[in-house]
This record gives sequence, structure tokens and C-alpha cells, in this order.
Amino acid sequence: MSNAQHNDSLLRFMTCGSVDDGKSTLIGRLLFDTKSILADTLTQMDRTSKKRGLETVDLSLLTDGLQAEREQGITIDVAYRYFSTGTRKYIIADAPGHEQYTRNMVTAASTANLAIILIDARKGVLTQTRRHSFLAHLVGIPHIVVAINKMDLVDFDQATFEKIKSDYLNFAEQIGLQRAGRDIQVVPLSALTGDMLVDRGDAMNWYEGPTMLELLESAPAAHSEQNEAFRFPVQFVCRPHASDNHDLHDFRGFMGRVESGEISVGDAVTVLPNGYTSKVKAIQLGDEKLQSAITEQSVTLLLEDEIDTSRGDMIVKSSEAPEAVKQISGMVCWLSETPLSTARTYVIRHTTRESKAKVSDIEYKVDVNSLEKLPSQGLAMNDIAKINFKLAQPLMVDSYSKNRATGAFIVIDESTNNTVGAGMII
Amino acid sequence: MTTANKKTLSHLDWLEAEAIHILREVAGQCSNPVLLFSGGKDSLCILRLAEKAFRPGRFPFPLMHIDTGHNYKEVIEFRDQRANELGERLIVRSVEDSMKRGTVVLKSDDESRNKHQSVTLLEAIEEFGFDCCIGGARRDEEKARAKERIMSFRDEFGQWDPKNQRPELWNLYNARSHKGENIRAFPISNWTEMDVWQYIERENLGLPSIYFAHQRDVVMRAGSIVPVNVPLASGEVINQPKAGEEIINMQVRFRTVGDITCTAPVISDADTITKIVLETATTTITERGATRLDDQTSDASMEQRKKEGYF
Repeated sequence: MSNAQHNDSLLRFMTCGSVDDGKSTLIGRLLFDTKSILADTLTQMDRTSKKRGLETVDLSLLTDGLQAEREQGITIDVAYRYFSTGTRKYIIADAPGHEQYTRNMVTAASTANLAIILIDARKGVLTQTRRHSFLAHLVGIPHIVVAINKMDLVDFDQATFEKIKSDYLNFAEQIGLQRAGRDIQVVPLSALTGDMLVDRGDAMNWYEGPTMLELLESAPAAHSEQNEAFRFPVQFVCRPHASDNHDLHDFRGFMGRVESGEISVGDAVTVLPNGYTSKVKAIQLGDEKLQSAITEQSVTLLLEDEIDTSRGDMIVKSSEAPEAVKQISGMVCWLSETPLSTARTYVIRHTTRESKAKVSDIEYKVDVNSLEKLPSQGLAMNDIAKINFKLAQPLMVDSYSKNRATGAFIVIDESTNNTVGAGMII
Repeated sequence: MTTANKKTLSHLDWLEAEAIHILREVAGQCSNPVLLFSGGKDSLCILRLAEKAFRPGRFPFPLMHIDTGHNYKEVIEFRDQRANELGERLIVRSVEDSMKRGTVVLKSDDESRNKHQSVTLLEAIEEFGFDCCIGGARRDEEKARAKERIMSFRDEFGQWDPKNQRPELWNLYNARSHKGENIRAFPISNWTEMDVWQYIERENLGLPSIYFAHQRDVVMRAGSIVPVNVPLASGEVINQPKAGEEIINMQVRFRTVGDITCTAPVISDADTITKIVLETATTTITERGATRLDDQTSDASMEQRKKEGYF
């Protein structure tokens, strides 16, 4: 497990579980043991703990968010937190775990490369464990760490751990986690005492696997280890022709982010949907000239030929162009309090492109607890369903399982401009 | 776990790429955005990011500063100098003008004008019809910010409704708004104070002199270091010591700059960016905890101000 390869990299992960599973304590402990909590925050937590009649500092207070939430004693929204170990920077998406917050879990999962799924060692695999695992799978998180927490409350018993681990792996087999190539790790720990989180402690010498932090430090930072096709949705076109500098008169820069794959100067490219072909003349990042650009890098591409291109177009390698389609089929999580209406026209945003869209049919709805497929006429908040859409404009899509960036879309309600749905193309 | 084979960006490169992507989404989705620029370190990072996002073109938005009239003159001078070097348009709107219009009324002459910036900001948004304001807020600063979106919707009163935020998934940002409403966009949401300093060091960015250790007259007031007898650009001198307070000449620097009446310096001998990075790595106090006199009133003060339209 060498760190040299991903020295100074960044990992985004999410935590799934409810307060009862000790999720807030786990995050608090990770931040505390990596010395990411500063003195004044600790003093404030100490003051609040005392006010609530506690004797030691309650680490879960660290993730205590908004006033509105404190009043209700629940977490209602995804919170983002940061810590660093010197070799790696982490962004945690902390999502509330209750059933009615499926949409928050999906939101947190959309940017995560690793999910920590918490299980209470006293309770084992529960309905919510299944729900969290299904959602992490649906949104395509490549690395799953199952944290069997509260081991201190079962006397750090190995047999308990092994039983829960085997239950979980059986369930994972059923929903196809392994088949889909997901990396699953199971670790016993106590967030309260800190055993196997950052330090090994000495209560579970029978466990020889990595600690939670070692798992986080060694997980690959890239979302996919597979080779992905080059996808470059154009965000903005730079034409500084009005400038005094005559050298810039013909400058035409296509600005965007490499959503997947790599591109080098000289590569043959196609601009979609028009299908014009050209070659990459230069790649720039500010004043810097680059020979190539990799996934997630924001750059400006200059092409050999003058091609009329605008925001919403996509530059791809000519040898691996995606399909341009006017119908899509996807798993959609409904995010809005206003139910989906099959009579209405919505806007679908996919990469930097938008299209009007109508539902052609709802194939089925998934019960996130039993994972059963049910027939459905409509969709309410937190529902997940397989939906077919008709599009007014073609979109250049890949399946979500092949490419997260070009397989994802959001649904917007134009009357409120709200984001009402999140979809993954099948 | 599987071993990593793929090349990935370093954490600063990743944060930079994300911020550039967000700035370009604002430019692509909004018709009349503006970049809020105070001369402070976070907004100076955003200017560099905007250069990387849009050069050799002009920025697709003007810069704007909401000036309380109580800013350090070193910062104001630096603000003007930087806007000039970039050749971009700088709009300045001042809380004093809102006071003249009667839209800002201070409870007393020495009340801090900091929270009144919200009024002046909303007036400027209306005056120019801006549909998006880009700002340098970070989620690590404060717990109300930890839950704010990168593209954060404000209603026509400029209010943030934390219970009713738009879901934000993948990097599919939704910056749509109807007339009168607007979006606040935060390209460096995912940066920490440490990331900001590392970026300043890497990019060799210039900063107002008061970020570096310097000698200054201060008094100790309720546990905080309060600068006194501060000269403004206008020649006026503010923050007189109160009766009985002892003036001490101390070596200090500012971790954050803002309105003079609510920004406190820290004791420091860090006079270079490298020393500041080191100091940031070993500090035991959060940025706002150490330096913002306005956030210590209650657990929820930032949340409250944001609901009222504050940045």
C-alpha cells in the first residue's frame, strides 16, 4: 500500500448512516484524530456538551449544522467537511441516513468515490444498510467500506464481526455489487474509543486488515480505473477578436473540462452534434501551453480548422464518438416535493447541454427497502424509478456505468427553475 | 483495495480545475454576472482563477466591491492596483451612500457597518440587474457555509433559505433564476484556508501588506486584539481606544481582511508567504474564531446574516 503514487491527491467520500449508528462520532473522531479540529471549535463543543449535561466532549457536535436542524434535533441536508493527512486531502459529504432523505444520499453519492456504510455491531445488517448499499451502487461509487461500528458494545467480539461481514457480503452478492466490479472492504471499529479508525488500539488484535484511515489513504483517487473515452463538453467559447492584439484576431478557444479520458496535441477530434472533424492544435491553461490534458482538468482547446462551435457542443476523439440520441432511458431519483407530472415538459441538463424533455413512460419504481420493482403511475419525492424520456434536442450520451460524466443528467422545472430530478442513463 | 493506475490531478490542481469549471458555468449560464472583489486573499485567488478560465479574452463580468468605508487603506489601494493591472472594470458601491439614501440606519455612530453591506449589495444588484454574484466564501469557514451550494439561490429579497436549497449533483450546476432573483456562486467552496495559502504560494500572488507581519498599535478588548487609531484613505482616523485601555505596539498580521471594526489581527512574525503557510499548518485557532469579532455573538450568527442576504 504505497502512498507514493497518489501523493498529495484528493479523495471525495461519503458517509451513510444515521446518528444512531454513530456516524457523527465517526466523522468527529476522524477529524479529531487527524488533528483537524482546532482549539476554539473544541472549546465551543465542550461548552455545548456541558450545557447538555455531558461529561466528555461529544464529538458528534462537530457535524451539528444549521440552527433549523438543531431546533429539530435532526440533520436535513448534506454537509461538506474537510481534512488532510499530509499525504491526502479529503472532502467528506455527510448525508443524513433516514429513509425520507434518499435524495440527500443520492446528492452526496454523486460526487463521491468511496462510501462508508455504517453498521451497528449490535444490530447487524438492517433494512437501512440495504438501502444505503443499493443507493451507493445505483450512483456508481466504486469503493465501499463497510464499517462495523460500536464493537466496544459487543466486547470487541470477532465472531460477531465475522457473522455481520458474511451477512453483508451475501447481500452484496444478491444486488450485484461484486459483479459490477465494486471494491468492498469490511472493517470493525469503535468510533467512540477510536479503535481501528486512525489508531489500531489493542482491543481487536484478531483483526489483521487495514484501519479505516489506511483504507481511505490507499483508495484510488480516480473515479474509474478503466480507460474511458475522451469527452469534452464545451462550456464557453473565447473569441477575443476585439482586442488590440492582432495575434489574437483569429483566436478561437474552446473552454471546458476534460470530463473523461485524455487528449494530446495532434489528436483527431470530432465536434458533436455537427460532426465536423479537425485536429487539436494547442492545449492551454491560462498562459501555460500543455502537450496533453487528463480527466478533470479544465483547459482551453484550439483546433487546426475554423469550426463553428458553441456552448453545449461536445469535442470527442474521432475514433470513439458517443451516440447522439433523442430518447433516453434512465434511473431517476425524484428530488422535489412537487410530484413528477407525465403531462408536463421539463428541461434536462446533460453536461453543458440542455433539452426540453417529456416522460414517455415510467417502467417501474424501486422500493428502496425491499429492492422490489413496482408498477407506478407517478413519482413523489425520494422515489427512484426507471423512466423513458423523449427529447427535443439530441444529447451525446454514454451509459452511466461506462461514464459518470456523460451518463448523468438533472431534470429542471422551468416554472420554478428548481432541480427536481437526478438521472443516470442506462 | 485495487491499486491506482490512472494519473490524477494533485489536490491543488484539482481544486483549481473545479473552480475554473464553476466560473465558466457562471459565464455560460448567466446573462449578467459580477465578481465580488474586496482585495482580500480569497478574492485574489478567484481573480487568478478567472485569468486561467478566460484569458486571452476579457473576463465576462465586471468586478465589484461593496465598501463599508471602513476598510484598511492598504487593501483598498491593492484592490485598485490589481483591477488596473488586469484591465478589468471595477465597480465600487459604498455603505455610506446607502446611509445617505437612508436605506442603512446605524443604531449608533460606532456600530459596525459590516452587516449593512447586505443592503448596499442588494441595491447594487438591483441597479445593475446582476443575475449572479461570484464570491470567495469557503465551506470550511463556518458551519452554515458547510451546507451551502456552490450555486446558491437567493430570492428577490436576497434571502437564503437553508431548508429549501436546490439539490446539486455531479458537476451539473443549475444557475437559473427568474428576473429579480439571483444566484451566488462560490468557486472555492471546497478550499480550506490552507489550500488558499498554498495556492497563493504556488501562483506567487501579490497580497495587501497587512497580511504579513507588521508593527501596529492595538488594545486588548474582551480577549481580542483590536487595532486602534487606524487611518483611512480619506484621512479620517477610526477605532479610538476607549478610556482606560492601554495601547500596545505589537507585531501582528491579518489572517482575514474586512471591515476594520470587526476584523482582528493575530500575533505573528510571519513576513513571507512561506512562513504564513507554515503558521497556518500549525495554528490551533480557526480563521473566523481568531479574527472575526462578528461571528462570536452566537452559534448561529453567520446563518442569520446569510438569511438576510449577506454573502
